[in-house]
Amino acid sequence: MRRPKRDNAESQRRITRRALLLGGAQAGFAGLLALRMRFMQVDQADEFRLLADENRINIRLIPPARGRIFDREGRIVAENTPSYRITMVREQAGDVDQVIARLAQLIELNPEELDRAMRDLKQLRGDTPVTIADRVSWDDLSRVAVNAPALPGVTPEVGLSRRYPERDNLAHILGYVGPFSDRDLERVNAPEQLLRIPRFQVGKIGLEARQEEVLRGKAGTKRVEVNAAGRVMRELDRVEGNAGADFQITIDSELQAYTHARLSTESAAAVVMDCETGDLLACVSAPSFDPNLFVRGISQTDYSALLENKYRPLPNKTVQGVYPPGSTFKMVTALAALDAEKASTETTVRCPGHLEVADRKFHCWKRGGHGNMNLHASLRESCDVYYYDLALKTGIENISAMARRLGLGIKHDLAMTSVAKGLAPTKAWKQEVKGAEWVIGDSVNAAIGQGFVLSSPLQLAVMTARIATGRTVTPRLIKSIDGVEQPTGYGEDLGLNENHLRQVRKAMFAVSNSRRGTAYGSRVAIEAMQMAGKTGTSQVRSAVVNNNDVPWEQRDHALFVNFAPYDNPKIAVAVVVEHGGGGSKAAAPIARDITLQALYGEDPPLSAYPSKDRGRIRAQQERMRRERLEAAAKEESDRA
Amino acid sequence: MSYLEYTVQHTPTGLRKILFMNWPLAILLIAVASIGFLMLYSVAGGSFTPWAEPQMKRFGLGLALMTIVAMVPIWFWRNMAVVAYLVALVLLVLVEFIGSVGMGAQRWIDLGFMRLQPSELSKITLVMLLAAYYDWLPMSKISRPIWVLLPVAIILVPVAMVLRQPDLGTSILLITAGGIMMFLAGVHWAYFAAVIAAGIALITAVFQSRGTDWQMLADYQYRRIDTFLDPASDPLGAGYHITQSKIALGSGGWTGRGFMQGTQSRLNFLPEKHTDFIFTTLAEEFGFIGAFSLLGLYILILVFCIASAMANKDRFSSLLTLGIAATFFLFFAVNMSMVMGLAPVVGVPLPLVSYGGSAMLVLLIGFGLVQSAHVHRPR
Repeated sequence: MRRPKRDNAESQRRITRRALLLGGAQAGFAGLLALRMRFMQVDQADEFRLLADENRINIRLIPPARGRIFDREGRIVAENTPSYRITMVREQAGDVDQVIARLAQLIELNPEELDRAMRDLKQLRGDTPVTIADRVSWDDLSRVAVNAPALPGVTPEVGLSRRYPERDNLAHILGYVGPFSDRDLERVNAPEQLLRIPRFQVGKIGLEARQEEVLRGKAGTKRVEVNAAGRVMRELDRVEGNAGADFQITIDSELQAYTHARLSTESAAAVVMDCETGDLLACVSAPSFDPNLFVRGISQTDYSALLENKYRPLPNKTVQGVYPPGSTFKMVTALAALDAEKASTETTVRCPGHLEVADRKFHCWKRGGHGNMNLHASLRESCDVYYYDLALKTGIENISAMARRLGLGIKHDLAMTSVAKGLAPTKAWKQEVKGAEWVIGDSVNAAIGQGFVLSSPLQLAVMTARIATGRTVTPRLIKSIDGVEQPTGYGEDLGLNENHLRQVRKAMFAVSNSRRGTAYGSRVAIEAMQMAGKTGTSQVRSAVVNNNDVPWEQRDHALFVNFAPYDNPKIAVAVVVEHGGGGSKAAAPIARDITLQALYGEDPPLSAYPSKDRGRIRAQQERMRRERLEAAAKEESDRA
Repeated sequence: MSYLEYTVQHTPTGLRKILFMNWPLAILLIAVASIGFLMLYSVAGGSFTPWAEPQMKRFGLGLALMTIVAMVPIWFWRNMAVVAYLVALVLLVLVEFIGSVGMGAQRWIDLGFMRLQPSELSKITLVMLLAAYYDWLPMSKISRPIWVLLPVAIILVPVAMVLRQPDLGTSILLITAGGIMMFLAGVHWAYFAAVIAAGIALITAVFQSRGTDWQMLADYQYRRIDTFLDPASDPLGAGYHITQSKIALGSGGWTGRGFMQGTQSRLNFLPEKHTDFIFTTLAEEFGFIGAFSLLGLYILILVFCIASAMANKDRFSSLLTLGIAATFFLFFAVNMSMVMGLAPVVGVPLPLVSYGGSAMLVLLIGFGLVQSAHVHRPR
């Protein structure tokens, strides 16, 4: 078909016209694109650059290594061991349930832990890492790492977790760490960024809690580049934090372990203190518990077992437990009377077995009476009537003042939880708290450490150390922080008459070493190691019945305090056996064994014991040595 | 040979035709493709696999095809227009039955050595048939309703097939390219004005009907529109792609973050970074200068095509060249608008740069037709 020429020319013109029009439109649109490009890339570049950096850069906290704790010999008692855990960031995981399901196919997930993690994933901000599985094995960790591409938002992490190699031996002193909780948050004034890390470990009780800020250290930060799946590609830079300070405590962990073992199955407390410096060499509350269980997150059954145990393993009886000091308080009454010049060292009182005061009969423990008693004999034989008489002469205010001077009824500043103040009662106190007049009978009871008087084993040890040295020794638990030696408890002179003190010490020596002394059965055979002590039996009930006839809860507390060696006091010891019966039978032998162990620094030679006891002691030493070896072997295998 | 109204004795013959090809155009195409290779190398993290190397091979094949198509006289292609259009239609039907699913839509037929997307092919065949139609139709009849309805039908048949796949992006491209062909051929203004007015009325009605009894779209479709209009409203859901794409583009600045230094693409924040969103990687790594240079190259390609078309006295050749240039323009304009947040994400690749076989081969065949028109132009 031949087209007319005009038509062709006309159509060419029209095509050219429209082609130019279209070309113009295209150029216009391209110009629009270029303008938009310029606007975004030049005018808004900084904004978008910021957004890109926000996309790729995450700021992460580097948790500091918690300060370690060593005993006085440099043995580690609280350490950080590497532990592996799996964490997850919700924002990056996308479908959380699906990722968890995949993870569950790879490794075993603890249902309890998983429940908590799911709750955290829902509640916490989407960008906080939540621990899905804690303390996983290296095998599990590597399995997760290998499958990382299928597990968005999941990170295998290496962290540090707290471990207490001495286990139950130091549980009450060190305490333990646990995840930071809402309850903890209330105690903190300005919560650190670190504490926002879920399940961040903080000290819960004991030294760990009291020195939390120092032990925790300072967090560092690192900036990391992450990809769209939240996987860390590289680290851009980091600001190192500071590890927590290392602590050295005054406790000798070997003596502590021995003491703990010696208290064995009793519900008891024992304190060994350096007379000079106030260093607590051992401070045992029995029975105890394994703090490592709490770090891991204790199971409900284990926890209930601890709570329901009638021997109460959880509280620290050495500072928290307060007991009527019983006859161990007689030194206080004696020194108060002497100091107030209401009596002299030669004052004699006849003990007929009881004393009638304000129409009430106060009995001596010895029904038949002691006959004529002076200070020395009354302490040695623990005559009650002698001290009833002193109390009537001296008055409660003097006695309480002396008690406080010797460290009873006042709060000692120690890095421990719930340090009890005890009680040295006064008239004002009774009026205020009980709303009643002080009666003379109260003073009589107080004279022999009954009635309102309350003291902790720690306070009894302090009292003994002060009597032994004549100085205001104060207890010390922290020996050094990051190598900086802390002030010792070496105190000023008490200001007591040296002769009075000497007489009291001499009487205490007689308690342990005279045939008529109440603790003669627990004497030390080697002269250089001989100790001076005082027994105590504090009544829990009022009726006088034989201890063996009543249930455990109603039996008397057995107490014993002593210092040794007598002529050159090095250590002061206080032992309280709850419901143990008589102090001479239940507490004194324990105190003697601990004293010898502390003085020798190892198992004492059998020659230190009275010859008739040696067979029994040898058997006891062998049994305890075996037990300690077994415990050490268990610890070794646990570590591996 | 009735349609030979021009003299053929000066027309080059044999292999000499190669010398008469539109070489500046060919070199521009190679330059654009090379930018593509560079970007594919970059998004693979500095590796020729898995994208750059196959892309280079396919481009080589495409160049060969282009040359072959260019050697064949343009009047042969005009005669083949109807056949080509029908073949593409048959393939579009076939793909419904034997096609494979990719990206959630039935799109391609596996030919063994490559995956053929009939919808890509139909873009060229539609332009060919419309050019041939208006070459055949006398001027006087162009704007008569009956002769306007026929090309509209020619356009809507493949559009309907493509919509079934469902591939909204390609459908819109086909309609627009067809409309441009009709416009170039000289159909009366009034038709376009009417269609545009009707379109605006329809869009207004769609929006006005929202929340009323006669609501025209489903709720989820409205939400999609919302997301397009304001990606920030759903930054982690549907708006994620466009938000990340804009961040990548914008963070490039004047000179970009450097070759292979784009954090958005390297750290996988960018979706589809080797296909539809490859432009953002270029913009991120080479900045405004890089992105504008590519746009410049595209414009130059258009300029050479339009110049070649206007210099060509053959109506079929002119219309075909302009049509293919317009299709090419639509590709890059829609893609760039999309990644810059000016248009919804419809899945249109960046021509010659995005990774993908069918689109590039079809485009190079199209440019082969442009070359053939140039080589065999009346002299």
